[in-house]
Amino acid sequence: MTKNILICGVGGQGSLLASRILGQVAISQGWDTKVSEVHGMSQRGGSVVTYVKYSDTGKVASPVICRGEADVIISFEQLETARWLPFLKKDGKIVTSTQKIYPMPVISGNAVYPESLIEKIRENGNVVVECNAVDIAKALGNVKVANVVLIGLYAKHSGFDKEIFLEAVRECVPEKFLELNLKAFEAGYNA
Amino acid sequence: MQDKKNKIDKNKKLLLGNAAVARGLYEAGCVFVSSYPGTPSTEITEEAANYDEIYAEWAPNEKVAFEAAFGASVAGGRSFAGMKHVGLNVAADPLFTSAYTGVNAGFVIGVADDPSMHSSQNEQDSRHYAIAAKIPMLEPSDSEECLEYTKRAFELSEKFDTPVILKLTTRISHSQSLVTISEREEVGIREYKKNESKYIMRPANAIKRHPIVEQKLKDLEDYAASNSELNRIEYGDKSIGIITAGSSYAYAKDVYGDKASYLKLGMVYPLSEKLIKEFASQVDELYVIEELDPIIETYCKALGLKVKGKDLLPVIGEYSQELIKSKLLGIEPEFSSVDATIPVRPPVMCAGCPHRGTFYVLKKLGLTVMGDIGCYTLGTQIDTTLCMGASVSMLHGFNKVRPETASKCVGVIGDSTFMHSGITGLIDIIYNNSFSTLLVLDNSITGMTGHQQNPCTGLTLKNLPAKAISIEEICRACGVENVETVDPNNITEFEKLLKAELSKDKPSVIILKRPCALLKSVKKEDYVSVDSDLCSSCRACMRIGCPCISFETGKAVVDASQCIGCGLCMKMCKFGAMKLNKRGKV
Ligand SMILES: Cc1ncc(C[n+]2csc(CCOP(=O)(O)OP(=O)(O)O)c2C)c(N)n1
Repeated sequence: MTKNILICGVGGQGSLLASRILGQVAISQGWDTKVSEVHGMSQRGGSVVTYVKYSDTGKVASPVICRGEADVIISFEQLETARWLPFLKKDGKIVTSTQKIYPMPVISGNAVYPESLIEKIRENGNVVVECNAVDIAKALGNVKVANVVLIGLYAKHSGFDKEIFLEAVRECVPEKFLELNLKAFEAGYNA
Repeated sequence: MQDKKNKIDKNKKLLLGNAAVARGLYEAGCVFVSSYPGTPSTEITEEAANYDEIYAEWAPNEKVAFEAAFGASVAGGRSFAGMKHVGLNVAADPLFTSAYTGVNAGFVIGVADDPSMHSSQNEQDSRHYAIAAKIPMLEPSDSEECLEYTKRAFELSEKFDTPVILKLTTRISHSQSLVTISEREEVGIREYKKNESKYIMRPANAIKRHPIVEQKLKDLEDYAASNSELNRIEYGDKSIGIITAGSSYAYAKDVYGDKASYLKLGMVYPLSEKLIKEFASQVDELYVIEELDPIIETYCKALGLKVKGKDLLPVIGEYSQELIKSKLLGIEPEFSSVDATIPVRPPVMCAGCPHRGTFYVLKKLGLTVMGDIGCYTLGTQIDTTLCMGASVSMLHGFNKVRPETASKCVGVIGDSTFMHSGITGLIDIIYNNSFSTLLVLDNSITGMTGHQQNPCTGLTLKNLPAKAISIEEICRACGVENVETVDPNNITEFEKLLKAELSKDKPSVIILKRPCALLKSVKKEDYVSVDSDLCSSCRACMRIGCPCISFETGKAVVDASQCIGCGLCMKMCKFGAMKLNKRGKV
């Protein structure tokens, strides 16, 4: 079976590292894996999405995830959760940070940031797991590790052994930042 | 756990398509890489630079990169030049004639197309270049093939004495998949022998070379027919036969699996008549699935084959499994959505971006702005964006036709873009007695493509010290008498200077010098906070379009975690509500 994980957020939130950790989890199991990233223009504070796909039985063909195909959406920001929701399978799961980042049209008063998005998504019948990854990261002393906090939260609900994830974090994070990132992972796992 | 780990092949790595190309360069014994950055091709060269065995550099533009790599090939070293699709336009001149000369050691050109224009100004299909220049082209469909085809391209280049183009797309360049790596094969440096009839393309020689090019294409077509690894037929259900290449192959496989047969082309030029006819004869219905232009399809139709393709599939944008399902099978996806209007989130200039001050002043003065390509393309005040370097030459043409508005018109160009192709436009301005005012936005890095060094920064691709070429001295050497430098965050000074230069009837260049806020060397010790008692909610600070500032509470709020303390918003505030603070140690 192919499993599709969509990671979304705002340029600069660290979705690349998150997708690499998930990719590492899958290849550590010896599974065929594809990770599709976004570089360039949209990194400048735009909406960004990356895809992680793996298969425990065969090959992964397409590297992209289309509407109605994601088993899980991991989102760093509420508005992005709502934006990418159509990519989720009917019975898919959402792991999201409750962070809000206002896009320029909202800041400049040309659009409004919709209210109670997470509640609305729940009403749709999707399972939503949430935490405020930024606040947790701040408490650890560095907002940058919010991405790994969220990976921790996902790990708890992923059905994988925690140790497999920890190993992947060790593999993907540079030595210098490892301790902090492991703490972030734990904090997310226990959130 | 442990036994699972042992099952994993140590030589298998999850690599980005671009990193796999770089690995291919390494394994193929490539010794010389010269490229110009451009999304989605950039990481090939950045990754290649990590191998000590490969000399790798950023050239000032793609034409120079191409010619440098070609020179290395003639000298006898396997070489590579990387660029994005529009970069090949810049390098097109040497491209065409290099087909005539052929190579000495293998010479491969990597070009990455950007269907759907994730980070580009057009979505041209590079395959047209292969056809027009009569140069073979390979197109991988995943990272494993990126590595394999790169090595294969060098072999073909030497076997057929021709440059070879390796064509990628955003999806291939920027997707990671598993790759089996192996050792580098040292191929050494080939002997260089002077060979006038091969390397000097004056008419008498070129006339003799052209028939050789045509013969090579015939030989390559035979090779394409016989090489079943590169052009592979996978028979499944024969009621549908799909001819495809690159990422389209992956999408088609996703949709049809073994319910169709595939002719998966690794070599997309030249195409093999024999192979295509053989495949067509085995299947009931023939489809061509290819992104962008109908190149394989047109070829099939010229062979008299009945095919389905662009009558059902678009010539615009990237493909996906969803698109193929919808257009070919009429299956639409099921999905849920939220009952709310989701505002768009366009890319914006970063917090602390030095271009912000520049554009504030340009807007304030209501100027017409000939734009260029870089982070400053996000500036709301620009009137035009065509291609790299066009700001300068368009400014010249614009002002010649409307001399009466020349004092209200400027061009803006970044440091990397100025080095790429701005200088020749400036020479046009001086040589032809123009009076234009050009702004060079020098943020000391190639920003848009993710921080590459360039000739102005004083460092090479491999982070070795280099002579930092002075934009100011170049402008003076071109004959510009009025060359001034100012900090764009000093908006009062800049405005004064700009007005003065615009009023002159001679050409001027103003260099706006301030480093990109994302550079590590830029200290982020300060941040701005708002005294809400002093804030009058006038929203004057919003004029600079900074992503840090919001009005959630009716008063200005600055997001301290993003703010780098550039202080521009403080200059907008007439009530002294914004203050600079020192960040405590984090
Ligand atoms: C011919 C061509 N090559 C490469 C690119 C990709 N590209 C877009 S902007 C840019 C450089 C921008 O650097 P700079 O001019 O210094 O401006 P900055 O982004 O730093 O503000 C490049 C390489 C392109 N669009 N066209």
